[in-house]
Amino acid sequence: MDDGVLLSIDGAERVFGGGRTIFGGKKPAVHAVQDVTIDVRKGETLGIVGESGCGKSTLARMIVGLDVPTGGRITFDGRDLAAEAGKDLRRLSRDVQYVFQDPVASLNPRKTIRTILEAPLIHLLRLGKPEREKRLSELMDAVNLAPEFLDRYPHEFSGGQAQRIGIARALAADPKLIVLDEPVSALDVSVQAQVLNILDGLKERFGLTYVFISHDLSVVESVSDRVAVMYFGRIVEIGAGRSIFRTPRHPYTHLLLESAPAPGRKSLLSEDADTELPDPYNPPPGCAFYARCPRRTDICNRQEPPLEAAPHQEEQLAACFNPREGA
Amino acid sequence: MVHIEAQEAAAGTKPAGPTTAWAMRGAMLREFWFYFRQNRGAVIGLAIFTIVVLIAVLAPLLAPHSPTLQNRDALLLPPIWADGGSWTYALGTDAVGRDILSRLIYGARFSLFIGVVVVTLSVTVGVVVGLIAGFFGGWIDTAIMRVMDVILAFPSLLLALVLVAILGPGLMNAMIAIALILQPHFVRLTRASVLSERNREYVISARVAGASKLRLMFVTILPNCLAPLIVQATLAFSNAILDAAALGFLGMGAQPPTPEWGTMLAEAREFILRAPWVVTFPGLAILVTVLAINLMGDGLRDALDPKLKQS
Repeated sequence: MDDGVLLSIDGAERVFGGGRTIFGGKKPAVHAVQDVTIDVRKGETLGIVGESGCGKSTLARMIVGLDVPTGGRITFDGRDLAAEAGKDLRRLSRDVQYVFQDPVASLNPRKTIRTILEAPLIHLLRLGKPEREKRLSELMDAVNLAPEFLDRYPHEFSGGQAQRIGIARALAADPKLIVLDEPVSALDVSVQAQVLNILDGLKERFGLTYVFISHDLSVVESVSDRVAVMYFGRIVEIGAGRSIFRTPRHPYTHLLLESAPAPGRKSLLSEDADTELPDPYNPPPGCAFYARCPRRTDICNRQEPPLEAAPHQEEQLAACFNPREGA
Repeated sequence: MVHIEAQEAAAGTKPAGPTTAWAMRGAMLREFWFYFRQNRGAVIGLAIFTIVVLIAVLAPLLAPHSPTLQNRDALLLPPIWADGGSWTYALGTDAVGRDILSRLIYGARFSLFIGVVVVTLSVTVGVVVGLIAGFFGGWIDTAIMRVMDVILAFPSLLLALVLVAILGPGLMNAMIAIALILQPHFVRLTRASVLSERNREYVISARVAGASKLRLMFVTILPNCLAPLIVQATLAFSNAILDAAALGFLGMGAQPPTPEWGTMLAEAREFILRAPWVVTFPGLAILVTVLAINLMGDGLRDALDPKLKQS
């Protein structure tokens, strides 16, 4: 593709379980992520939304090299990421870092902030003591924390502060791409804004690229250049953030937008009893959204809809046979 | 919102955080002592245990007689408060005229020595094996845990007896045997904690930060699994003393004339009706020491359990 692409995910797939038992019976398998193809361009923020269990986090873990895709390819800057993660996770970790959902749980309770932040400097960058000292104060400054916090323990911090430490740790290795796995879901709304602002500032200051995973639509809308909507392990719609939120084409995206609580909206659109995700051990033959879809037709139950662009919009792709037209 | 501000305010008003590692240790110790002190039984246990340790260390100064010196003129003398007791032998003498008090004082050395050696041996082996089982999982885990299950399936004292019978009686062999039967508990405990810690976010984040496997195991995970291990270690200490006494009583542990408490019991068995004090005092010594250590272990658990602490 064009040379602006930093991370390219091509038909990535992750199956859990499977294989055979010792008696030859088949073990059940779950497709956590299926046939996901996304390109992340240098300097952009790609938002990934979807309800819990749709495979967002699995995708994130694969990008960071904590999990290996069972099919497809993930290339980072031209290097095969899966192969590299298996051989030398450290080399990959210098370029791709991860920010966790639960800020306090992601910090070792027995280590001071200094030890925690020094770990990537020692293991990944192999810096000497004076350079580490300098880098530490840079990092603390970057996330607006006072340098004297370095000698405290994680339990002495509030959620927002802890998350900023988590971000500082991800920054420490001077990565090109940071995967943010629900970085603000565990925080209060006012603290969310503060953390999001810091993230935004850091992106410009260090020329970062973000993959921002969240189930909170308003957060994703405010930070993302492009948005991918995931459902049941697949991408159902992808496109520029603004157009997706203004004119969703896939009925699932529409449903997500309608069911999100927003100020001034009295009654939320809620679904009836059969709104669960399909059984992952026994996926439906056609579109996974069939059972919940208001626009379903016969073909949806037989065939899987391909991810296609709208006739007049090249950027916005949706996997639906009967997409909503420019509503 | 409000509580976060309050927290930040509280963090701000704290005196500037301690800067050296030593000051940090001091603060942690003070905190530990604060919680340990809440449990009165534990403090009493600690006090008694300290006294036992002091007695063991100062044995040559405290003991009025040699523990092995036999006095043919004073066989089975009763303690001072009974008729015929004298200050020369405050707790009486045994069947061959040895001073029971002196033997008990020297016996404290053996008991503590047994405890320390057995616990060190079983903890080091148990923790390393458990860490490997929990961290790597899969068939390594299965293999290790099945072996541990086999060891645990035997009645522990019986297994120790068999081991000593194979190795030959003696204090050292008894300690090895006891360490071997106590070690599966440490393996299981370590494995269980490692399993629960292994997938925590801070471990994953250490992986992303480039920590090696060994570092993950011993530097990241192990310190977070220590609290239950310390408690189990204190309880194993008392178990070791008890089992060593049992082996001594059965003639498979320390050999006479070693003034080991269990062995003393065994030697005095035939005089239990004629001279009950010969049996009573070693038994009491074992009881008090084991009880003190168990109480202390309870207090340690309360002080080290973060769940009880944070409320």
